Amino acid sequence: MRKLNFLATVLFTTLLFVSCSKDDDSTPEPVNEEEVITTLTATLVPAGQGTSITLKSQDLDGDGPNAPVITVSGNLSAGVIYNGTIELLNEMESPAEDITEEIEEEDLDHQFFYTIGGGLDVTTSYENNDSEGNPLGTEFTLVAGAASSGALTFTLRHEPTKPNTGLDDAGGETDISVTFNLTVE
Amino acid sequence: MRINVLVLLLLSNLQALSQNCGFTLSGILTDLHDGSVLEGATLIVAGSELTFVTDFEGKFTISNLCNQTYSIQVSHPFCLTKGFRVRISGDTFKSFKLEHHLEELNEITVDGKITSKESKTLQENTILKEELERFSSGTLGDALNSLSGVSSLNTGNTIVKPMINGLHSSRVVIINNGVRMEDQEWGAEHAPNIDVNAINRLTLIKGAGALQYSGDAMGGVVVVESAKIPVKDSLYGKTLFASNSNGRGSLITSKLTKSYASGWYASLQGTFKRFGDSEAPDYVLSNTGVNQQNISVKVGLNRFDYGMNFYYSFFKNEIGILRASHLGSAQDLYRAIKSDIPLLINDFTYDLSAPKQDVGHQLARMIAYKRFGFGKLSFQYDYQRNERLEFDIRRGSDRGKASLDLQLDTHTVLLDLDTNLSDNVDLKTGLMGSYQNNYAPNTGVRRLIPDYKKYDFGIYVVSDYQLDSNWLFEAGARFDYTYMDVYKFYRTSFWELRNYDDDFSNLVVEKLVNQVLARPQFNYYNGSTTLGATYDFGGDYKLFLNYSIASRTPNPSELFSEGLHHSAARIEYGDLKFNSEVGHKLSLTLERINEKFSFSLNPFINTISDFILIEPVGINNSIRGTFPVWEYRQTNAQLLGMDFNASYVFSEELRFDHLSSMVKGYDRLQDEPLINIPAINTKNELVYFNPKIKNLRLALQSEYVFRQNEYPDTNFEIYIPQTETRELVDVSSPPNSYHLLNFNSSIDFDFSEKSSLSLGFGITNLFNTSYRNYLNRLRFYANDLGRNLLLNIKFNY
Repeated sequence: MRKLNFLATVLFTTLLFVSCSKDDDSTPEPVNEEEVITTLTATLVPAGQGTSITLKSQDLDGDGPNAPVITVSGNLSAGVIYNGTIELLNEMESPAEDITEEIEEEDLDHQFFYTIGGGLDVTTSYENNDSEGNPLGTEFTLVAGAASSGALTFTLRHEPTKPNTGLDDAGGETDISVTFNLTVE
Repeated sequence: MRINVLVLLLLSNLQALSQNCGFTLSGILTDLHDGSVLEGATLIVAGSELTFVTDFEGKFTISNLCNQTYSIQVSHPFCLTKGFRVRISGDTFKSFKLEHHLEELNEITVDGKITSKESKTLQENTILKEELERFSSGTLGDALNSLSGVSSLNTGNTIVKPMINGLHSSRVVIINNGVRMEDQEWGAEHAPNIDVNAINRLTLIKGAGALQYSGDAMGGVVVVESAKIPVKDSLYGKTLFASNSNGRGSLITSKLTKSYASGWYASLQGTFKRFGDSEAPDYVLSNTGVNQQNISVKVGLNRFDYGMNFYYSFFKNEIGILRASHLGSAQDLYRAIKSDIPLLINDFTYDLSAPKQDVGHQLARMIAYKRFGFGKLSFQYDYQRNERLEFDIRRGSDRGKASLDLQLDTHTVLLDLDTNLSDNVDLKTGLMGSYQNNYAPNTGVRRLIPDYKKYDFGIYVVSDYQLDSNWLFEAGARFDYTYMDVYKFYRTSFWELRNYDDDFSNLVVEKLVNQVLARPQFNYYNGSTTLGATYDFGGDYKLFLNYSIASRTPNPSELFSEGLHHSAARIEYGDLKFNSEVGHKLSLTLERINEKFSFSLNPFINTISDFILIEPVGINNSIRGTFPVWEYRQTNAQLLGMDFNASYVFSEELRFDHLSSMVKGYDRLQDEPLINIPAINTKNELVYFNPKIKNLRLALQSEYVFRQNEYPDTNFEIYIPQTETRELVDVSSPPNSYHLLNFNSSIDFDFSEKSSLSLGFGITNLFNTSYRNYLNRLRFYANDLGRNLLLNIKFNY
């Protein structure tokens, strides 16, 4: 019987202990996502005269339910050569973190691809390379052809096969895929 | 004790001669510890020449008895002899219990042996040591897969989650050495953290009838036990070495046990396992290696009327996940499905890189029991710590850092009483209290499972009544109370989308720039019951009938998921509004056990209200591209099916075993099939076993899995910029049927009386067939395993 009492005591002490430990409340620290890219800005600066054009896709809730907000500041001018640069930001962090730097540091593991569709008459070419001489593509040249309209898609692949002939044999994972509807006039 | 027996024997000599002496005493003899039946025990009726031996079901019948009190002496080779006093009045039925000192070394293996232990009105399937040793290189899930009605939800071949009659995860309760495993079993890619080499006996109960363990086992209960240790002076051990061609992996496991006649014992077990990349028939499955270690210690005292033991185990498992399954978006998923081969194939390596899991599980249990006049009382305290790290492919300074880091601590106390109300009525009752704390440190990735504290309290009573030699009835009830106290950061956009700002505004603790900190505090009250009967036809046939109601509290991932599940490249949304699901399962088993032809037929119907399931509901556009959105929802589900086992013995050496199972699952609200229901499958095995040629065993097994033709259409469309088209992403069509052939053999060599060597050789997927399994989460990316040659060497000493 003594053993029974002992067992009962142990049981209830444990329950007591368990129910008392309830009060050590402390709220967890918030997580600010570090690797999220919320914003892609492609700036197209005409080689000669003309206005710069900004293409921007901003997705402030990351992979949350809200869709990205896409803005195009204006139309391309026929026959103009544009120098393009891509900037990536994580605006969930404050101040916003520049992800372009990370991409350029890990240049062997990244590559941008430019896909033209829907009759848009433009051509693109890479302007910067990784340390092994394969394209990286945070800088590019865009040549606007005849008046037309269509889609330009920027795709960033992580750990692609390099060198490659394009998205189809690049493999890797998609870090970014943003489509802008453009007009050449 | 011995004197009492003698006195009884003497007294019973005083026989009255004038009575009517045409009555029969029938009954059943079971082990006091675990209720298993005792075969080959001798019963002697004192004062007469009457001697009887129990049959293989532990039964006996003594006829020509008079209406008076008899003394019966019962003896069994491995038990203490005991005297019983029986009062005969008419034909009498009586059940006797002996304390069975299990002879570990002499234990006989019977495949799929059925004993009534955990639940008396549900058929149980058991896998014993020798059978388990054939799975030493595999997982617990692989071993369970060899039973009818069990399939598995896999992530590759190393993460194998048992599925019972179509249900898995939180609906399958795993009891490891008396402890309910709390290893974040909710995730589809979380396998049970148990080393198959530490197990001596595996019991499967297909249903929620085993209420002493839990009330929420909608699918069933898996009871895992380490070896029982004999009460005698001995020292013995075992070392097993296994090598596999596929994965170029090896495993060594060793166990040493010391026991004393005083009842004290100690046992130590350890396993090391290292596998590299597995291979499909035509390519390497890159990053699918495993690195596993396990150590367990058991120390205790085993006496008839009291005892205690302490068990500790540490299981560590580092598992690579197919590199090609790590995706960036739905566009990548489309590419992966379109491609016949994985998008990334590297050369074979033993190295593990991201994506991978690194899981550590510690379990400590202390149990003490004492037998009183009124029954056996036991008290248990157990503690578990589950540490789970998941590594995804990351960038910058976070490279090599875990994306998911969870630490789950659980303390549980149990108080159980096992008593006989009368000779024919057994009663089990108990209390359970448990405290669980989940802590998720900041990894730079939003928490998939929030920080929470959970308190559970349970109370149960289960009783069975042996009416006569034919009928046994069982009834039980359990009540569980759960309180959850959670801190969860929600994305403001999701919080508002779900209208939580109206419905749950009282939960808000703090509002940040784009996040809301909420503190849900939920209570759940769950009742569960079981009602059953067993009818023994007296010959080879036996019928089990059971009806159980189970209730399950929604798990943290069902309630709180909100965001991108990186390794799966899908967005998962839970729902705060979920309530407990309630399942009604009716199960019937007809079994025939015979020396020549045995079978068991087990149809069931399981109706679950508020069933929680996750399935794709649409897509979500983000800057990274498109993600499929998987949402948890509640519905009314119904699962029905049938398991069938049969075996035919051609001769002493040759037998044929058949196993097949079928389950159909439907969503009764949306009137469509449920997702991830196993296809019909059948296994047929021809076994040659000859004890005269050094226990030579040769087995050829065929496994046929049909195509699952009933599935919900969860396909979705995405836009592909390169082709400027919208394409269908086919995530629902199941793969084709497949047939695999496996071979297994073993032979034993005895060195001395106490030491022996067993050699085993096996081939799985003999014809190197390329196939994909509907229930493998990696089926979109790669074929399943190719041919594997296994070599086993086992020393017993």
